[in-house]
Amino acid sequence: MTLTIENKEQVQVQATNEQSDVLLSVKDLQVWFELKRFGIGHAGYVKAVDGVTFDLHRGEAIAVVGESGCGKSSLMKTILGLYRPTGGQVFFNGQQISTLNPKDLRWYRSQVGYVQQDPYGALPPFMTVERILGEPLRINGITNRFEIRERIYKVLEEVKMFPVDDYLYKYPHMLSGGQQQRVVIARAMILKPKLIVADEPVSMLDASVRVEILRIMRGLQKTHNLAFIYITHDLSTVRYFSERIFVMYAGKLVEKAPVHNLLHNSRHPYTHALLAASSDPDARNAAVYRDVPPGEPPSLVRPPAGCRFHPRCAHFMEGLCNVQDPPDFEVETNHLVSCWLYKPEKPQ
Amino acid sequence: MNTFKRTIQDIFQYPSAVVGASIILVLTILAVVIVIVFPYQKAVDLWRAGEDVWYRSPKNAQPEWVNFFRRQDLPETLFLSTLEGTAAKTIKPVTEDLTQVFISFPIDYNYDFFPQELSIYFKSQFKEKKPLVTLTWVTPNGEFQMANFSIRETGTYRVSQDEKLKRKLSGLPPQQALFVDLKAPVLSPVKGPYELRITGNLFEKDATLDAEMVLYGQVSGWAGTDHLRRDLGIALLWGLPVALSFGLIAALGTSITTMIIAAVGVWFSGWVDELIQRITEVNLVLPFLPILIMVGTFYSRSLWIILGVTIALSIFGAGIKGYRAIFLQIKESPYIEAARAYGAGNWRIIFRYLLPRIIPVLIPGLVTAIPGYVFLEASLAVLGLGDPVLPTWGKIINDASNNGALFQGQYYWILEPSVLLMLTGLAFALVGFALDRVFNPRLRGV
Amino acid sequence: MAEKTLLHLEDLKLHFRTGKGAVRAVDGVTFDLGYQEAVVVLGESGCGKSSLAKAILRLLPRNVDAYSGKVYLEGQDVMPLSDEEFRYQVRWVRMSMVPQAAMNSLNPVLKVGDQVAEPMIVHSRMKKEDALAQAAKMFQNVGVPIDFLGRYAFELSGGMRQRVAIAMALVTLPRLIILDEPTSALDVLTQANIMNVLKRVKKELEISYILITHDIATSSELANRVVVMYAGLIVEDSDAMRFFQKPLHPYSQMLMASVPRLRGDKEPEFITGQPPSLYNLPPGCRFADRCPLRFDACDQDPLLVEIESRRVACWKYV
Repeated sequence: MTLTIENKEQVQVQATNEQSDVLLSVKDLQVWFELKRFGIGHAGYVKAVDGVTFDLHRGEAIAVVGESGCGKSSLMKTILGLYRPTGGQVFFNGQQISTLNPKDLRWYRSQVGYVQQDPYGALPPFMTVERILGEPLRINGITNRFEIRERIYKVLEEVKMFPVDDYLYKYPHMLSGGQQQRVVIARAMILKPKLIVADEPVSMLDASVRVEILRIMRGLQKTHNLAFIYITHDLSTVRYFSERIFVMYAGKLVEKAPVHNLLHNSRHPYTHALLAASSDPDARNAAVYRDVPPGEPPSLVRPPAGCRFHPRCAHFMEGLCNVQDPPDFEVETNHLVSCWLYKPEKPQ
Repeated sequence: MNTFKRTIQDIFQYPSAVVGASIILVLTILAVVIVIVFPYQKAVDLWRAGEDVWYRSPKNAQPEWVNFFRRQDLPETLFLSTLEGTAAKTIKPVTEDLTQVFISFPIDYNYDFFPQELSIYFKSQFKEKKPLVTLTWVTPNGEFQMANFSIRETGTYRVSQDEKLKRKLSGLPPQQALFVDLKAPVLSPVKGPYELRITGNLFEKDATLDAEMVLYGQVSGWAGTDHLRRDLGIALLWGLPVALSFGLIAALGTSITTMIIAAVGVWFSGWVDELIQRITEVNLVLPFLPILIMVGTFYSRSLWIILGVTIALSIFGAGIKGYRAIFLQIKESPYIEAARAYGAGNWRIIFRYLLPRIIPVLIPGLVTAIPGYVFLEASLAVLGLGDPVLPTWGKIINDASNNGALFQGQYYWILEPSVLLMLTGLAFALVGFALDRVFNPRLRGV
Repeated sequence: MAEKTLLHLEDLKLHFRTGKGAVRAVDGVTFDLGYQEAVVVLGESGCGKSSLAKAILRLLPRNVDAYSGKVYLEGQDVMPLSDEEFRYQVRWVRMSMVPQAAMNSLNPVLKVGDQVAEPMIVHSRMKKEDALAQAAKMFQNVGVPIDFLGRYAFELSGGMRQRVAIAMALVTLPRLIILDEPTSALDVLTQANIMNVLKRVKKELEISYILITHDIATSSELANRVVVMYAGLIVEDSDAMRFFQKPLHPYSQMLMASVPRLRGDKEPEFITGQPPSLYNLPPGCRFADRCPLRFDACDQDPLLVEIESRRVACWKYV
């Protein structure tokens, strides 16, 4: 059931029998990029996202963890409305995103905020903070000067940039990395979105500043009951930030679990490897070699047959792992693993 | 505003830029003043006017300030007129049918060289009977009768064309011989007071007679004159606003349009970009100057047409390739992606997010391009394809070369416009290079 | 200065001249580095740690305001050497460096094998075949397949490129390698791999490291000793074991507290304020205005005091 725009404010749709507080529903999403030879010929696809399914509830924070090249950026940009899905569906509030016309697409984009990795690059260097924050408002039809000013003040207060007047007329290069990132967060918040997507929001900041920014984002999430998708490759920060963690590898989600379960009871061999490779500061680390799965993440143009991790997996099972892609198996409540090791003995 | 002030401060760190900027300031103020004092129509009229406007100027005279550097002065031009009251006229009625008019033109001749010419312009009013005039020449050594003849309503008497006088003066050119002691061994001008006396006999009661004497020297005006007696100063002055505005409009028009087209191509990519690139490549192959020459020869030489064709041909030029390279980089910036994410439309992104980043490259390029267009206009004029109406620097050079200026030693005719062209070009180039260093800090060490 | 000291820095200073005044990036650094020892230099950005690397290797920019102190390499003071002598005898012969973002600074038009062989050709005047053979050996040491010798930088992944950069620093078999943020742009698994490589190279080739980073967790993978830098000065110098368990300097304590941990329950704390600008440093302890334990004595510059063979620059311990 699709909606007309007139009543988008009162959206309460049951597309299925699921809970009505599902904000974002991704079903079997595929995002493929065509490779062209000499600009014309077809030379295959980069299958950046190749069958991703999950539900995100209102006010829920999830982390998507994976290394570079796993497709998490493409997943995120599709959710932001920047890419069109090649296959599968994305539902926001019950409405399908992939078939929106440009006007509705603009509305959708105002519902999803974007916090980027590079705080300096994310801000136009020739605009003051005030203009940067005013742009999303003006683009989305808010032209009343007082309302714009008021919303800018409010959002800067929320990211704790006091006194606001000191910062309004500064250019990005006059701000520190942490301050720049706070402006980026403020910009993401200013349209009062329901969902924020943050792509490695602190990896380019100093260690001492990271915690502060993460705290601010967590605070905003709780205050406004925002859904959050936090994309990172740094496992050590996710536990302060999210309720569930998804682990992504080569275009697929290989494990989905609540934070505690994932960190203490992970099942997928790749997740094990990630956890084993993340260190806490401990002098004893210097004496041991870390166990790292051999090889590198596969090419997304010609991924391995069957389970994509099988060439590097210590538990590789010939005839199964290299033939068929494993489905999701539920090993505990709400804990799904895509690995043949967890195939139940008896059919369920 | 702050950036602007800071930029100005940065620019003035470079002495070359200060020099260049001052020159440009002076030239601009001058250009504005010129356009006000000599409006377009007046300048054009003056330039196209013939003898009746310029008759008081000598032909191909050098600038007056040349005398400052010479030990022996060249004669200046002197004109005296009864109509303007600079010459004394006495009217003496003799009988009812005869009135005598005495006109005196005193000349204080202290030069070491001969004048070009001595002419007298008569104006007379009568019904039937033509007046008769007698010219007497008074030298420091004596006086003698030069000529006598009758005149019509307007008459011109040129000493150099008076054959009788020439024979009287031993066959020497009269304008020289009048100032010489014929008996002296070396023929150089005798300095001292001279006088040309005119006695006019009017045979009617109400007839009038007026005369103007012009002693054509070898120097005239602050810039000299050309072959049509026109004061070069007018063309030099008027050439300035023409050069500046042509250069500025061409440079601005081209740069801004090129910038926008490059941005549009890069942003929309696909067939739009391909089309623009192909057009550019074809345009780059086309020969620029020959096309302008063809347009000038076969269609119109009007400055505006040439300006328009110049801009049209320059828009899809090498600038597009350069700007495209920069825009391709900027397009990947995270903030552009963020703008798309919060709903910015294509045109907003192009104009408000892409184009501002190119300004630091645009401005130095613009300023450095201005001299190129100034020289282009001058080149076309030199080739004979300049605007036929306007006096411009290129036109002066064109006239000079057509009239063999350098062969005749009239170096000022070529040098004056050339120096002005070079000065303008230099000023903009200096400022442009300084701007380049200000906007692109990586060049600062250079 | 102990006999088993590979590198001894004494009051090393490096100041830069900028439009806004002098930047005292390295303002009197003194420490020792032993053989087969890895020292981690920790600090926030702007504390001078990258400048320290440049000061040790004499990779100076044009706007140097002051460069003084003593640098003893294996007992020999290399500061008096002329620039030519330093280039031929020391840099890349006995000390080398993997600079920041080295994986992005590989020459895109040369094959990686040639780049790694280049220092041998230039310094040791080796023939090209011998240099390439040495490069191949280094590739083995860092775990890059030999047939990558003929590839170009853009054909390699980030992790591989970083290994190539390490091989380049290793090829002349120096005694000491300075690594500036070697893993900051890499993924977790790749980071672990690189750390493994560094550990193995240290053991097999007997090389010492100065590892400059702000990533405390990863630094513990390699550190035998930890030196903390703040605003151009060393504020703590301690062995790794005791540092990670119980740092002494208030700044070190706050740094450790700000690290998010995968295991354990404590939530990280952030450090308020910002490091001082290196232009106009106030007198007294440079950390004073962010320090929760500040008291009167902090108006004076603290000196490094030695406590149980650890050094700390804090009035609290005097």
